[in-house]
Amino acid sequence: MSEARLSDPIYRLKNLTKVYGERRVLNIATLEVYRGEILALVGPSGSGKSTLLRLLNFLEPPSEGVIEFEGVEYGVNQSPKLEKRRQVVAVFQRPMLLNRSVWDNAAYGLRLRGEHDTRSQVQRALAQVGLEGLAQQRAHTLSGGEAQRVALARAIAIHPQVLLLDEPTANLDPYNVGLIEGIVQRLNREQGTTLVLVTHNIFQARRLAQRVAFLLDGQIIEMGEVGQFFDAPQDARTRAFIRGEMIY
Amino acid sequence: MGLKRFRGRRLIAALLYTGMGFPPVVIGLFVYLLLSRNGVLGSLNWSFLPKLFTPAAMVVAQTVIAFPLVAGFTMAAVMGVDPQLRQQLLSLGATPRQAAVTVLMEARLGVIVAIAAGFGGIISEVGAVMLVGGNIEGRTRVLTTAIVLETRKGNFELALALGGVLLLLTFLANLVMLRLQGKVFDE
Repeated sequence: MSEARLSDPIYRLKNLTKVYGERRVLNIATLEVYRGEILALVGPSGSGKSTLLRLLNFLEPPSEGVIEFEGVEYGVNQSPKLEKRRQVVAVFQRPMLLNRSVWDNAAYGLRLRGEHDTRSQVQRALAQVGLEGLAQQRAHTLSGGEAQRVALARAIAIHPQVLLLDEPTANLDPYNVGLIEGIVQRLNREQGTTLVLVTHNIFQARRLAQRVAFLLDGQIIEMGEVGQFFDAPQDARTRAFIRGEMIY
Repeated sequence: MGLKRFRGRRLIAALLYTGMGFPPVVIGLFVYLLLSRNGVLGSLNWSFLPKLFTPAAMVVAQTVIAFPLVAGFTMAAVMGVDPQLRQQLLSLGATPRQAAVTVLMEARLGVIVAIAAGFGGIISEVGAVMLVGGNIEGRTRVLTTAIVLETRKGNFELALALGGVLLLLTFLANLVMLRLQGKVFDE
């Protein structure tokens, strides 16, 4: 990753908060996501990681503050145009496939965009996740790992600028975890897709990410380059979390 | 209704469920009173309102009978789809409308049941169509009212034959709907 790319933010978050009822689940003073990087968000459950991801996906508006995406600011009551929103896609912990064939699942995002000639793109996406052979199989006959790879194929078929991953490998066997990590790394390297990965697995963060942010109670406690984050954390709470000593 | 949580949703659901069990003949009576020349709507003489004893009036009554059945079953089917699916669809770039259509497609087994229930409810209906349509030969006589009439006249063979035709039609219609459920049904 070159230095020039790392200085070009695709997202810029300012004074962002999210409140559900009485609870403030997110309170971020500032956060930048650089174009073409892999950023991992780590932290215990309930720390606001998934909420942040939903805001980055424009599925929910912030309660306060602004999200700048590709140079345009979106405040509390402004959501991006469909065309912009469609450059970001998320894969969640559960694959949430449609009750159709693997092929139709992978083609879904392209069809939403009114693309008719989806054949080559779907084929490539399925090849990327190693499932060309299962194209005609019904989605719900797949194993957990295969299903998650189809979910990934469905997301990458649309060539998103940003791919958000919310615990994509929780509950999967090590073989599929390895496959999926390889797929997203290749995607980042070869196509320059910006990746934001939410994980409670610090080993995965270490393996994949270039930068890591540690969230606790909706706030970013510490953020840095992956080496520095793990080898020389500044905050005592980060150290405790990395050592697996965080008592909750 | 199946997709969103809003105020009064529970009340509307209760009304729908009541409507599902509402005696069709009573609905027929209401429509009769509304459309008759001295009725609330009939006296307005609006041209788009159907006149009593016409097929259009029967369609109105049948629609009122079928609506709660179709809506109630569809709502239940849609509520059976994982709520997180909608979030995933929006994330993939669906407009709210596209997401709703996809959720309906996912619930298609139940949606077809809803249509079958509505169809079954009205094809077999006698009382309301008799009241509102008037059982006029060649105009508003349907299979069910014809069966009643022929049985009264003692033409049991004709009544039975008509009954057979009605059964066959219902069976064929349901076969078509089963086909629409498609592969999902076989799993």
